[in-house]
Amino acid sequence: MQAIEIKNFKRNYGEVEAVKDVSLQVEKGELFGLIGPDGAGKTTLMRSICTLLKPTSGHIRVMNRDSSNDYMEIRKIIGYMPQRFSLYQDLSVTQNLEFFADLFQVPADEREKRLQRLYEFSRLKPFRNRLAGALSGGMKQKLALSCSLIHTPEILVLDEPTFGVDPLSRAEFWDILKSIREEGTTIFVSTAYMEEAELCDRVAFMYKGEIITSGPPEEIKKSYPYPLYRLEGENMRQLRSFFDAQKKIHSTQLFGSAVHVSFEEEPEEQIWQKWKEQTDKNLQHWKKESPSIEDVFMYLIKQENRS
Amino acid sequence: MVPKRSVISSFAKKEFFHIIRDPRSLVILFLMPILQLIMFGYALKMEIQQVNLAVIDFNRSLSSHHLIDQFRGSHYFRPFYFDGSIEQIETLFKARQAHAVMVIPHDFNRQLQRHRSTPVQFIVDASDANAATTIRNYIAQTIRIFNQSHNRIEALPFEVRSTIFFNPDKKSTYFFVPGIIALLLVMISAMLTSITITREKETGTLEQILVSPIKSYQIILGKVLPYIFLAFAIGVIILLIGIFLFGVPFRGSIILLLVLSTLYILTALSLGLMISTIARTQQVAMMIALISTLLPTFMLSGFIFPIASMPEILQYFTYLVPAKYYLFIARGIILKGSNLMHLLQPTIFLLIMSLVLLVISIRKFEITLED
Amino acid sequence: MNETAVKTENLTRKFGDFTAVDRVSIEVNRGEIFGFLGANGAGKTTMIRMLCGLLVPTGGMGHVAGFDIRTESEKIKQNIGYMSQKFSLYNDLTISENIDFYGGIYGLSPAEVKEKKIRILKELNLIRWANSMTADLPPGFKQGLALGTAMLHDPPIVFLDEPTSGVDPASRREFWEVIHQSAAKGITIFVTTHFMDEAEYCNRISIMSAGSIIALDTPRNLKKHHQRDSIQQVFIDLMKEETQSPENRAG
Repeated sequence: MQAIEIKNFKRNYGEVEAVKDVSLQVEKGELFGLIGPDGAGKTTLMRSICTLLKPTSGHIRVMNRDSSNDYMEIRKIIGYMPQRFSLYQDLSVTQNLEFFADLFQVPADEREKRLQRLYEFSRLKPFRNRLAGALSGGMKQKLALSCSLIHTPEILVLDEPTFGVDPLSRAEFWDILKSIREEGTTIFVSTAYMEEAELCDRVAFMYKGEIITSGPPEEIKKSYPYPLYRLEGENMRQLRSFFDAQKKIHSTQLFGSAVHVSFEEEPEEQIWQKWKEQTDKNLQHWKKESPSIEDVFMYLIKQENRS
Repeated sequence: MVPKRSVISSFAKKEFFHIIRDPRSLVILFLMPILQLIMFGYALKMEIQQVNLAVIDFNRSLSSHHLIDQFRGSHYFRPFYFDGSIEQIETLFKARQAHAVMVIPHDFNRQLQRHRSTPVQFIVDASDANAATTIRNYIAQTIRIFNQSHNRIEALPFEVRSTIFFNPDKKSTYFFVPGIIALLLVMISAMLTSITITREKETGTLEQILVSPIKSYQIILGKVLPYIFLAFAIGVIILLIGIFLFGVPFRGSIILLLVLSTLYILTALSLGLMISTIARTQQVAMMIALISTLLPTFMLSGFIFPIASMPEILQYFTYLVPAKYYLFIARGIILKGSNLMHLLQPTIFLLIMSLVLLVISIRKFEITLED
Repeated sequence: MNETAVKTENLTRKFGDFTAVDRVSIEVNRGEIFGFLGANGAGKTTMIRMLCGLLVPTGGMGHVAGFDIRTESEKIKQNIGYMSQKFSLYNDLTISENIDFYGGIYGLSPAEVKEKKIRILKELNLIRWANSMTADLPPGFKQGLALGTAMLHDPPIVFLDEPTSGVDPASRREFWEVIHQSAAKGITIFVTTHFMDEAEYCNRISIMSAGSIIALDTPRNLKKHHQRDSIQQVFIDLMKEETQSPENRAG
């Protein structure tokens, strides 16, 4: 059985087609990542999975329950963390947790045990009497996650949970997600950070309301068709404009201490030497780079816009 | 049913925390109505305390002095001699130096001694029609008293003597204070709840809550509960200050008044909640709450304008104004000492209104984020 | 003009007992893209505010564009551009009206504003959008436009406080193109960011923690020194070291 099954799902807001014809399957126990630019329809899709929005056409099944008809059933087994921090800033950590425990009617004998567990992994216990509004960004995210886990959901839906959080807290957050996944919970997460996509079992790219590719991160990276090189030298700007002017260049990208160039075909050794001469030895190092998820993403967007 | 009640009470508990965590708003919530009550209470008086009465006395006799003293003796008038001509009266009014002018003729004294009727001219500034009517009534009253004391020989054949029940001094304050209380209670209560749901829409917390298996009636009831207490506390303060500060005589049962005031508050809170389920931002909700309570209460509740003198169509509209019923109740209990049996009809109307509003709120409250 | 755009020596700012910025000394060269990284609450915003003349330091000294940040804050404000993480343009004005407004704030003549407007719109490929509502602009362009207006008065130094927060990767790359173009013209870019991969776009980066600079070098050298493949990993290593050493915690 699939944890989440989306078939020909469409969702309009008036005239605007936020999501057009998405079909997607998330397996039980999977850590599934959804990537895409702002306005691609990620939040609409996630809200629909959480039964907050009804499909315009097509359907979504969560643990074999239909999102429009059995929404109350789904809400009992789903945990959701919206994009915006949506806890009560003027309540303390404990009060927020207790409130959500009440909301999901967690039995009294279970409650204490679960709170202790959530405190343990979130390390929020020392701050339990602090108002949520006074927590740091990383701690807020951990509290929000804890609140969405209070009823031990079978499926966890997280909408850009690490947005705006510093890298260390982000790394910690992902460690927590992985340990939740180990316990068998299915996780559906969207992110704006490309490096986080690599931590998922499978990812899907969403663009302009459609899924343009999906699969394990490794396979997606392999789908990048061009040889990519990292070039270093004295003057990066000059180096870049030199390669921009060459033939059979797919794209160039300027970094602080390097230029990334992707070629339409693999350059031969003597061409490199020629380029070195032509740039007055400005070109010093070249090294083949494996493309990042972001590179693939940029490439796919380009393709999409061309067609 | 036990677990469901706990959801409502946990919601109510959370709302209560929101209220106490924001002490500044709380202070404003209590201070605002007190200030408004005092301002309205003093501003909304139909009596005119000091009528500046310019006197043009062509007679200058003992009798004319008596007449002027009669006016001075009533504490409504402040007579002063005006030496100008009748033509200058207009400038007197324009400069707002006088509200009324009394012209005493040359032969006032003589005619009075002959027991003949003698005309004394009064000119009243009627640019404020209400004030002019009031002043005219004061003048008529004062002249009548003067006639009685100076015209004893010829007793009047009959005399109109009206007995006024419940408000013997005919003080408009007694009449207005319940109205102001009605206005403040409905305004504050409706505004309180109108922002509670919209605030959660704005901060995004609603999204999180909606994904739980909570039912809309649990959210609505959980929201209304703590505010009943808050609004009740504010209501008690308004009632006490209204009654004692303005010295309104209290004839009925204070407990009955508090119970029925709570019912009225519930109606207003339900109205606010209904607004909150429709409006998308706190600002819009506040505006709707303000407009939908302030104007109807002012115009259509019988607060200032008697319902009986309204055009018929408008009279039907007044049935939708909760303040109309509360005014029956408050004026009845405070001024007449009415008991519950007398007030059964408005009580039932308020009860029905609260229930209808709550049911609409629960129905309107989308358990999804559909726009 | 001076080749050093920003220079601080032992710059310190205390709020009561709390030291937000603790004896920070940095030097940023003209035309450099200088990345300013750090966790939330590390003191980045306080630092930027001091450099922009919005906050007076409690110790040390600093110069921006040759002006003293203590005594010449008015002159500094005329010589810097500033763009914050919050989108600063008015969504209910057209793009053209927004540029006019900011031109007016900086006291540019109508002719200057007109000329600059055309230049900015051309550079950003937005000519046909000029009379559209700013709200309708795609997100990546908004950021570019905000940067354009922040540089309307041709400041030699621009401070960008998390400018790409909330922007998707494609738009972020476009935005960094604009930053590189500006730097090529000799404009100094001082930028804070949460995206560690963006640090790679910078010429040099500094990492701030608990009010102090704990690392300052080119991205290449930092990676080499820490034997890591990404700045992300370097940052996490440094942060872990910081939180584990007790003497730093006390400070």
